[in-house]
Amino acid sequence: MTSHTLRATRPAPPAPGGRPGLNQRRLPRWAPAATAAVSVALGIGIGLAAGLESRVQWGLIAALLFLAISYGVTSAVENRRQAKDRLATSVVWVCFLLAVVPLLSLIWVTLSRGVKVLDGYFLTHSMAGVPGFETGGGVYHALIGTLEQVGLATLVSAPIGLLTAVYLVEYGRGALARAVTFFVDVMTGIPSIVAGLFILSIMLIAGLQPSGLMGALALAILMVPVVVRSTEEMLKLVPNELREAALALGVPKWRVILKVVIPTAIGGITTGVMLAVARIAGETAPILLLVFGSQLINSNPFDGAQSSLPFYIWEQYRVGSEASYDRAWAAALVLIAFVMILNLVARGIARWKAPKTGR
Amino acid sequence: MATTTDNAPAPPVTGKRPGSTGRAGDKVFLGLSRGSGILLLVIMASIAVFLTYRASLALSRNEGNFLTTFDWNPAGDPPVFGIAVLLFGTVVSSIIAMVIAVPVAVGIALFISHYAPRRLAAPLAYVVDLLAAVPSIIYGIWGALFLVPYLEGLNLWLDDFLGWTYVFEKTQVGVARSLFTVGVLLAIMILPVVTSVSREVFRQVPRMNEEAALALGATRWEVIRLSVLPFGRSGVISASMLGLGRALGETMAVATVLSPSFVISLHLLNPGGGTFAQNIAAKFDEANELGRDALIASGLVLFVLTLLVNGAARLIIARRKEYSGANA
Repeated sequence: MTSHTLRATRPAPPAPGGRPGLNQRRLPRWAPAATAAVSVALGIGIGLAAGLESRVQWGLIAALLFLAISYGVTSAVENRRQAKDRLATSVVWVCFLLAVVPLLSLIWVTLSRGVKVLDGYFLTHSMAGVPGFETGGGVYHALIGTLEQVGLATLVSAPIGLLTAVYLVEYGRGALARAVTFFVDVMTGIPSIVAGLFILSIMLIAGLQPSGLMGALALAILMVPVVVRSTEEMLKLVPNELREAALALGVPKWRVILKVVIPTAIGGITTGVMLAVARIAGETAPILLLVFGSQLINSNPFDGAQSSLPFYIWEQYRVGSEASYDRAWAAALVLIAFVMILNLVARGIARWKAPKTGR
Repeated sequence: MATTTDNAPAPPVTGKRPGSTGRAGDKVFLGLSRGSGILLLVIMASIAVFLTYRASLALSRNEGNFLTTFDWNPAGDPPVFGIAVLLFGTVVSSIIAMVIAVPVAVGIALFISHYAPRRLAAPLAYVVDLLAAVPSIIYGIWGALFLVPYLEGLNLWLDDFLGWTYVFEKTQVGVARSLFTVGVLLAIMILPVVTSVSREVFRQVPRMNEEAALALGATRWEVIRLSVLPFGRSGVISASMLGLGRALGETMAVATVLSPSFVISLHLLNPGGGTFAQNIAAKFDEANELGRDALIASGLVLFVLTLLVNGAARLIIARRKEYSGANA
């Protein structure tokens, strides 16, 4: 009731050619819902009548109908400007729904098909001696590989990223700092396969063999810019008063950074590193080129081929049997869970340890 | 805070020690942090140098024209390979992805920033950020095992109604493992990225501008058209270019979905074609040393392509930052 009065008293725009202001006719509140229902019904009806197989098409037809009907009805009852406004609202909603459908379906398919073979056995056994087209086997060797490669990559890239961010925020002036900032941004966009090819060219020149370490180096290249960017943002949030207070007490600058600035921002820095880990954990291309893949458990990342979760998914997909697809989905579920948990924990830490902005 | 390390705080009794050690520590620390900044520049430079070096080894033995040859056979005698098909496939699939993804992403960003109920907006933004973290190989198997069958109907439909455009004419029978499908999948993959950057920009639109438009009696769409979109235009452009960079370099999703072949065809619904990254992933296993160098050469082209796109995006962002900083 109240909402209705509110709508009625809202100053209506002076419509060209329409009747003035307050008495303007308006569509009832249930109009969009009714239009949606009608257009969905029509969409399904047309889809069935025309014998269209794909539900995607039904959805598209319904969406187009919705746009047309709501534009027509509004311009008939209200006026052109309102009709355009409604059209824009509907388009935005349709955009949103259209985009949500595939993304939800991705999650749903991974979940529903992944749980089929995902159990304790799957997580604790490798593919040693299991022919690809048969059931059985597991993901243990890939899990080990992913953890080690990602761990190594983090060990390499976190200090470099952290120090670079410190340089940019605390020391950076002039051309060098500007160049570093620009190239960090550009580096964020390097395709993972190019990072892989870079390490590959070093391997070809130096005559090195594929190993987990090589993959980790390529992953580190992808990880550094992400760490720099997020750490930089966090260090900038540390209030200057803290630095000035410490400096005024005669503390040397490097200790101010180590003991005051970084501890203040440590929550955000951790978050940034974890998000970067989540990003590289799913990279397949460098592993494909540099680690080579293996069916066996190899827990030494410095020697010999290893596997990794994303590589395992690719390998099982390529086998192309029902059993291997099941394994691929189960591994995808493990990987998605790993990445999502990292993300959630990281964002949790960010919220929990957000630096006080000093107000 | 009370933790002690090797360089523990000097006990208060000893008085003036920090002076000298502090300076030395400062120098070391500055050296380390500046050094890692320089290391990043060195890495970037060496990526270019090493790739160019290995690529030049391959190119000197290539008997075909690297730019115009429609073949990839570095193991043959004579070795012949060229990037024409790959360049075409990469650019076309990325363009399809952009055409689909950018309007939809702007729509979602507007939805989150201006249309969604207040209580829904924050969780939605969060979910979009999470989706950006889904690994590309998972998009790949989802695309190959799930999206491809669903798009077959759409492909036939496009062929029926838009076949006269030539582009949407399907001349070969076969599953929908085409550049068009790849473009759709890439669009879905870059949606979260483009959305989250655009959303940030839309959120920064000065409240005053919007309220002024509302006060003049503008409808919500007019507010967006008059104050939000002009303000966010450069942000959206750079967001789309970041997305484009992603799409150009995407490997696994393309490698799983596309059924590759070395032909250039504007019939986008026909299976076939290839992209740089997909070709590298597919040909790497069987490549000999020259083959690997040839793949590195194609990777170099991809590197330069993404460098240009990303550099341009960053320059647009940087210019906008200065502009908005002056108004803040």
